Parts: sequence; structure tokens; C-alpha cells
Amino acid sequence: MTAVFLGQPGVGNLRGDQSFPAAARSAVADAQLRRNIGRATGTIRTKRLAAVAECDDWQQLRAAGSALKQDVLARLPELLEQLEANVQARGGQVHWARDGDEANRIVAELIRATGSDEVVKVKSMATQEIGLNEYLEAEGISPIETDLAELIVQLGHDKPSHILVPAIHRNRTEIRAIFEREMPGADALTDDPRVLAMAARAHLRRKFLSAKVAVSGANFGIAETGTLAVVESEGNGRMCLTLPETLITVMGIEKVIPRFTDLEVFMQLLPRSSTAERMNPYTSMWTGVHPGDGPQQFHLVLLDNGRTRVLADEVGRAALHCIRCSACLNVCPVYERTGGHAYGSVYPGPIGAILSPQLTGTTGHDDPNASLPYASSLCGACFDACPVLIDIPSILVHLRATQVDSERGGLPSGQDLAMKAAGWVMGSASRFGLAEKALGAGRLLAGGDHRISRLPWPASKWTDSRDIPEPPAETFRQRWARNRGGDR
Amino acid sequence: MFPAAAIATVRLLERLGHRVEFPAGQTCCGQMHVNTGYLREALPLVRNHVENFSDFDAVVAPSGSCVGSVRHQHAMVARRAGDTTLAARAESVAARTFELSEFLVDVLGVDDVGAYYPHRVTYHPTCHSLRMLGVGDKPLRLLRNVRGLTLVELPQAESCCGFGGTFALKNADVSTAMLQDKMTNIATTGAEVCTAGDASCLMHIGGGLSRIGSGVRTVHLAEILAATP
Repeated sequence: MTAVFLGQPGVGNLRGDQSFPAAARSAVADAQLRRNIGRATGTIRTKRLAAVAECDDWQQLRAAGSALKQDVLARLPELLEQLEANVQARGGQVHWARDGDEANRIVAELIRATGSDEVVKVKSMATQEIGLNEYLEAEGISPIETDLAELIVQLGHDKPSHILVPAIHRNRTEIRAIFEREMPGADALTDDPRVLAMAARAHLRRKFLSAKVAVSGANFGIAETGTLAVVESEGNGRMCLTLPETLITVMGIEKVIPRFTDLEVFMQLLPRSSTAERMNPYTSMWTGVHPGDGPQQFHLVLLDNGRTRVLADEVGRAALHCIRCSACLNVCPVYERTGGHAYGSVYPGPIGAILSPQLTGTTGHDDPNASLPYASSLCGACFDACPVLIDIPSILVHLRATQVDSERGGLPSGQDLAMKAAGWVMGSASRFGLAEKALGAGRLLAGGDHRISRLPWPASKWTDSRDIPEPPAETFRQRWARNRGGDR
Repeated sequence: MFPAAAIATVRLLERLGHRVEFPAGQTCCGQMHVNTGYLREALPLVRNHVENFSDFDAVVAPSGSCVGSVRHQHAMVARRAGDTTLAARAESVAARTFELSEFLVDVLGVDDVGAYYPHRVTYHPTCHSLRMLGVGDKPLRLLRNVRGLTLVELPQAESCCGFGGTFALKNADVSTAMLQDKMTNIATTGAEVCTAGDASCLMHIGGGLSRIGSGVRTVHLAEILAATP
């Protein structure tokens, strides 16, 4: 079920129950997980670089993508109303959902009205975000994930760990075991990817042909025409979007784009950044309903769930530019070591570290999401990879500052005191010089090998795995004053 | 903590014919405060830095990370505090501030500094010099021209060593896992020395190498470039 926090409506699967360092500790210790993720991200990283290098105008495309998203955020209400009007004019219905709870209720009621108790699903981050599957199951409706990786996650009673490749933490052998255990009639499988894919195909085909209702997300909603677009690789989405009688699409409000021609930019940026392909295999677009062709009922649920809160922060709002390509996850050295579950949210990795805490808001430093902006060494690989130029490191620093500022005036933490003391010392060269000299006393802690190997907490967090060299007998400042201080 | 890098920088620049000053009033760029979220505490440090360095033609630091902070954070810290005058002065200082390899190659137009260092060396491009400053292959060009030096390529060189300032303490487990992979890659090169343009990353890598008793030493790029027969 959805997590409910004090004074906050249900936001769904955006917050774990552990801080990032605590969750990362067990993830880092799982050698199999590290191997699975290291291998997968390493492969996609190399392929993405090659796909991007083919475009001479990649930097201009990124700038165009960023500019389009800035324009969208600057006039979001107007564009959403235009989208609503155009969807309705073409026979669709539009619903507005303030948060995850409201969106879940709307979708469940729409499904119940059709008399169905089973829905096929297109891979969708928005419905993962709001915990739609858990909600529908509690309401007696079976949601069936039809994306291969989402199916693996669902059958494994697991959680997604990557935006694009939700089962990235599983290897072939693990997937085979899940299928044999959970898929009726699937036995005597092998670890061969083709054998596993064919088993999933046979299983899903039965569901596609019987389902009366499909639920999808949307990569883009075009205000000018009322067209929705889903970009995918497997064709399962195309089946869901065309075969059932009723289609319900849950779309985050930031996914609206002004014009049909804007797709030109995003359809170059997205496939190369996500799957490292020039073009993804299936792009489905639909506009309202058409008698005798495709779903005869179309509902669009527009989801806020914290997005207007993010929009109000003029630095943090760039997180809403995200097109969910997951390039930042694949290049992130932290994600590579921990996998996605450590982030506690369906949005892991660098983008999750800036998006999740902003979408949920945080309730003080004990809130697990308050630890996410610190889950980065600020190495900058994410910013380099982002196809819409989201300066993730700067937003991480901004969120850290917001967190620190929000707790000013209360009882200072150890970190507050340390930072204030360091700031005071560094505020004057004479104090700084004295402190440098005092550090020389650290020589007493060093052994005969001129290194310090054990210090009390919190410095033990360093010395548990790393030595510190013996402080110098003379600082540069002292040396300079001794040699040249006289004439300066 | 690491006087050798600063001593080497002075020796190198003077050997190349420049007059070097060390403004005694300087302290720290404040990056640790900014990156941990203490922007208010960083403001006096930015002001002190700007006041100490406003009068120089060029400011050189043997640290990609500190230069990154001066260039990308100082004006932001001032603006966030509402001090637009300081922000403008910080931008002016930033425009004249260079990481050592940038200064040598871009400003002085030198890629052979006449150094001699007879060792097998691998180079780790630190994240901030690589991605924040975009120093590209400048440090490698300088190293290739050092007499006696055998340069060995570091596998997955562009991957972060896991330092990240307070990240190394707040997320010690992840930081250590990143460091282990970096050390494994260093070991495959068979180098005697791992060099980089940042004392902080070298302290992290060196601290790990020392703990496992690897025998590989960490030496700042400036020390190699300053070395002569």
C-alpha cells in the first residue's frame, strides 16, 4: 500500500524506509548485485557514447531540448488546458489528480465501470510512482505488466531498480528461476535470452488477447493536437494501446509539450540516451478515439503528485525537464555500486536523488529522502550525460543547502558545529595558519610508518578503509614565511 | 596538509620565468562548505578569497577542484546571499583563475616544462578537472613530454575515485567500493606512481593504497612537472 506521511497525502512509491547510506551498505555488500549492475551499466555506457558521437549537432539538440522544457514549465497551466481541450475535442476524457491517492482512485473507478477485473499495462513510471498496481490489487483488480523487465519484477514480487531496465539487478539465471516458479506452463527453460523471451511472449499473448482495459503512461502529450505518445522497444505497448476497448493513460503534468514538431528534438535525444539506439523500435501515437479502430474509450489522467511544488523552486524545477532516459543512472558511479533499491524510490540514481525529495518534500534530516541529495560524490558524470542539460550536481548542492537552511535555528547538529567551526577558522588567515600548525600535532598519532590508521568516530568513517598521511612537519605557509616572508 | 604540491608549483612557475606571490591572507575556497550545504558559512570565505586575489593577473592553483569551486560556485554563493557586488568581483577573479595544467598549456603555451622523472606513471583525471573545467588531455600532454617517464593508461580512468569531500564520510561504504575499483584498475597498470591534479583525490587514493600495502605511491602532477635531474 501507499506510504502516508503526516500532513501529506499519499505520494506512492517515492520514499523508502531507510536512509540512503543504510540501504547502500547492504547493497554494496551484495557481490552478485554489484556484478549484475556493473556489467549492465558498463555495456550501455559504451553504446550510448557511440550513439551520441554519431550526431554532430548533439550539443545543439541538448540545448534545444532544455529550452523546450523551460518553455513548457514557464507556461504549464496554459499548455495543460490546451491539451485537455484537444483531447476532449477528439473524444477522450481528461481527469485531474492532485496526488497519487487521487490518481489511483480515478483509475480504479474507471476500470470498475468497464466491469473488468484485469488490466494489461504498458511500462510506465507514473503508475509505478503512485503505486497503482498495489492499489488495484487491494481493490480486486489484477494489473498485468507486459514490458518484459516489468513482468520479471512483478512475477518476482520485487521492486523496479532502474527507470528503463527495471530488472537490471537480475541476471539470466535468476530470471529463469522466477519464470519457472511463477509462469503457468513455463518449465524446462534455459538461461538463453531467446528461450526466456519466448516464454514471456507466449504468456503475454494470452493476456493481450483477453484484456478489455489497458493502462499506460505517456512520454509526451502534445498540447496543440491532443496527441499522446509512448516510446518503447518490445511492441507490448503497441498491443496494449490498440487491442483493448478502454485505454487509461496516467501522465505527469510536466510531460506536456507545445507542438507536434517538438517531437523532432526529443525523438533524437531519447532513444540515443536511453537504449543507445538511433531510433526506438516502436513509437505509438494516438489522438482521441476513432470508431472501429483502437480503444473506443480513452481517459487521460493528469498527475501532479508534488510537481507544482517542484515547479515553485526556481533552481530545483529543472528536475522536471527529465525525459526518463536513465542515461544518468548508467553513468553514475554511485548507482553502479548500489543499484536502484537503495534510493527507496521508483526514481533511483542521480535524477532520483533530486526528484524524489522534491516531489515528496522532506520532514527533517531523519526523513529517508533527506539523505538522497548527499548520495553523490558530485563527480558530474550525470550532467555530462543528460540529454536535456539538467545540471544535477548544482541541484544536489542546492537541495543540500535548502536542507541545512531549513534546520537553522534549532539545536545544532555535530555537522553544523563542525562546519561553523571550520568556517570560523577559515575566515581568517591567522586562525587558519594556527589550525594548520595545530594539525601538526597529528604527527603524534602516526606510527613508525608515518601514517595514521585509526581515528575515533566520525573520522573512523575514513580510517576504517583508508589511511591518512602524517601531517607535514612544516606547512607551506610556514615555509613561505620563513623563506620569503621578510619582503612581503 | 600537502605542502609538496604547492612547493613544486612555485618551483615550476619560477623555473619558467614567472614571479610567484602567495597572498598571506588567503585561506580556503570554501568548497567543502558549499558542497555540504553550508552556503552561508561559505560567504566569508568567498569574500576573503576575492579580496586576496583581486589584484593579480593570473591566479594558479594545483587543484582542479578548488578552481572548479572558484569558477562555478563563488559567484553563486554571493548571489544567493544577495551580494551582487561581490558576485561580480568573484566572476572577475574566476576569469583569471586557472588550474595548473590549463595555465601551463593554455596561458603560457608550454607543453614541455623540461622535467625529468624516471618512473612508470599512471594518471587519474579527477572529476572536477575533467568535467567541471574540461582540462581534457592537457595533463597528459605535459606528462608525455617528461623525460624518463613511462606513461601507462589507467583503465576506466574517468570513473570517480569515491572521494567527494564529506561524501567519503557520509557514504563511506559506497565511497570505499568506488575506491576499491579504482585501486584494482591502478594495480593492472603496473605503475609505480599514480598521479593527478588534485591533492584531495590523491589523499583518498593514496590512503587506500597505503592501507592495502600496494606499494604504488601517489604524487601530485606538479611534483612530477617540477622534478629535474
